[in-house]
Amino acid sequence: MGVLLTLPILIPLFTAALCLLAWRWWRVQRVLGLVSAFALLCAAAALLYRVRTEGIQAVQIGAWPAPYGISLVADLFSAMMVMITGILGAAVAVYSAGSLDKARQSFGYYPLYHVLLMGVCGAFLTGDIFNLYVWFEVMLMASFVLLALGGGQGQIEGALKYVTLNLMASSVFLAAVGLLYSVAGTLNMADLARKLRHAPEPGIVTVLAMLFLVAFGTKAATFPLFFWLPASYHTPPVAVSAIFAGLLTKVGVYALIRVFTLIFVRDDVYVHTLILVIAGLTMVTGVLGAIAQNEFRRLLSFHIVSQIGYMIMGLALFTPLGLAGSVLFIIHNILAKSNLFLVSGLAQRFGGTFDLKKLGGLYEEHPALAVLFLVPALSLAGLPPFVGFFAKLLLIKAGLEAGSYVIVAVALGVSLLTLFSMMKIWTEVFWKPAPQRHPAVRRRAGAGLWASTASLAALTLALGIAAGPAFDLSRDAAAQLVNPQSYIDAVSRAHR
Amino acid sequence: MTLLLAVVIGVLYAGGLYMMLRRSLGTLIIGLALLSHAANLLIFTVSGLARGRPPLLPDNGVPAGPVSDPLPQALILTAIVIGFGVLAFTLTLMHRTYQITGSEDIDELRSTE
Amino acid sequence: MTSGILRTTSRLLKPLLLIFSIIVLLRGPNAPGGGFVGGLLAAAAFALQAISTDVASARRGLHVSPQVLMGAGLALATLSGTVGLLAGRPFLTAQSVAIALPWGGELRLGTALAFDASVYLVVLGAVALIILTLAEE
Repeated sequence: MGVLLTLPILIPLFTAALCLLAWRWWRVQRVLGLVSAFALLCAAAALLYRVRTEGIQAVQIGAWPAPYGISLVADLFSAMMVMITGILGAAVAVYSAGSLDKARQSFGYYPLYHVLLMGVCGAFLTGDIFNLYVWFEVMLMASFVLLALGGGQGQIEGALKYVTLNLMASSVFLAAVGLLYSVAGTLNMADLARKLRHAPEPGIVTVLAMLFLVAFGTKAATFPLFFWLPASYHTPPVAVSAIFAGLLTKVGVYALIRVFTLIFVRDDVYVHTLILVIAGLTMVTGVLGAIAQNEFRRLLSFHIVSQIGYMIMGLALFTPLGLAGSVLFIIHNILAKSNLFLVSGLAQRFGGTFDLKKLGGLYEEHPALAVLFLVPALSLAGLPPFVGFFAKLLLIKAGLEAGSYVIVAVALGVSLLTLFSMMKIWTEVFWKPAPQRHPAVRRRAGAGLWASTASLAALTLALGIAAGPAFDLSRDAAAQLVNPQSYIDAVSRAHR
Repeated sequence: MTLLLAVVIGVLYAGGLYMMLRRSLGTLIIGLALLSHAANLLIFTVSGLARGRPPLLPDNGVPAGPVSDPLPQALILTAIVIGFGVLAFTLTLMHRTYQITGSEDIDELRSTE
Repeated sequence: MTSGILRTTSRLLKPLLLIFSIIVLLRGPNAPGGGFVGGLLAAAAFALQAISTDVASARRGLHVSPQVLMGAGLALATLSGTVGLLAGRPFLTAQSVAIALPWGGELRLGTALAFDASVYLVVLGAVALIILTLAEE
């Protein structure tokens, strides 16, 4: 039973195994990787359909009953995240097959890529807090090596900073899990939710909540723990940057939302005020950092930080509308941000550099690329009719309803600055006259690169046009998050 | 005993952080190792210390006396394994860094800032 | 590092370590022991060989590359977990069959042992990869 729930973990695991067995034949690995990425996409779509039609799905791995065994649970939020992982996994697999150098492809890129996808899907699906730690580590191990793989000085230095700060966060996470176990005597998240509701010492529970906030906050790159991100994300090849930018920090955000809607719900107002302050500061520092940048991918990296603020703003408001806004914003942001990274890769291919000052004239030479840039960029800045507009609209409306006018003002101001910095990229890369090109610059890019970039842009556009269904889906996901009883019930009658 | 271990954990955390704040790559990795040991020891201590209680059942499935909770030990074992893998990778990474930059002063690693 | 004493003893120790690692692995499903410890012991045998003679001979001793060992282990883990799925139970549910032995008694073959063996392979592969890579530098 529960095959659908297991498939998003099984498919990448088996692919990684086969890729390792085919270690010497990297072309075989590439084919395997592509086939499996699309298989994962199909499995994720089937899971989302099942959760949408039949409600929350849960299964006990190894048939050990909850709360002793490990549960896999998929509510709508998890299923949507797995779905977006499938989409991004397939798009970046196509992009990397056409853009990575042979050395990286033959030194373990494919097995690592699929281990990374497995870690991400596992983190989204698990219903056990220690298992969440394990999936985080699986994901981090894969990302460490992907980040450092085949790298020169910049890549190695970026990896060093990334590794050090993420390991510190992991050790806080581990300590918090141990302490949580000693307080509640269980690690199953549904069981924790039940037990901590009546915990005798609320003070200790709040301390634990803060430890989790620090651990996940570092992994999600919130203020003031985000410094590792802009120091590392622009160093690896574009395909790796794109998958990191899309997925890794969002796993941290997912964990924050999961833990603070399911386990630490009875904490009083000040925890949510704290998260709200962090959200505002994250937005502002991220966008201010971005404005000062002149390197395409570094600028985008700072925007990742800024947008994390919007995602946890919905969590901090803790209203159904706010959470729906967060969910829709995460989905939109994963699509748009990875898309922009892929565009930066194409711009580098045609312009020879990531330096905004030295790029230019790409509108004239490659108008299609200019369109592919504008769709995610305007969506990110929150202009209609793109999905980013609707996501921000929900968040702002939720903020107004909750009476948090300061955060609404901050969110609107940061939107303007985001638009400003997207326009900066537009003028520098596309609009201004072309400078003298380096002779080694390529004129063409393979169909795979175009197709993967265009499909993400098309999805952003489609979600904007189909904003109604997308909103319904996020609203239902948020309804499940606000009312954790359905999650708890699903785990208690999980398949064995 | 719990008090003693609590002090030890505190010293490990403090030592780990102190080592990480030094500017050398070598002490950074020792600091990371100390942090993970501190976390493991913390789990071990907070889950309750007991003497002479095996976490195992004999063949007939009936415990002979009091047994201790095996779960924290499983958690620690898993964390040790993960920590081992991560530490081995970090060691290689530091080695590469030293080879490429020729320096082990963290302050000099500024090319990505 | 070519100490004669170390070289001679390790020639004796390596097969002992390997046999002992298999024994520990086979104890795994029902008693203390298992794939992880077994894999570490086996990796220790190859590490000893790498220290006492040279890394190249340890690599030759493994016969296949560590990556392939890890791949085989992961594939075996997936398959042993899938047996449970095929039987209509959740992933990784233990399944076993008892085979009557001609000289009496029975042999239980189950997915628990297969999973332990997969852990053995992954640990051996991963640790060998780490140690051999570091030793080559």
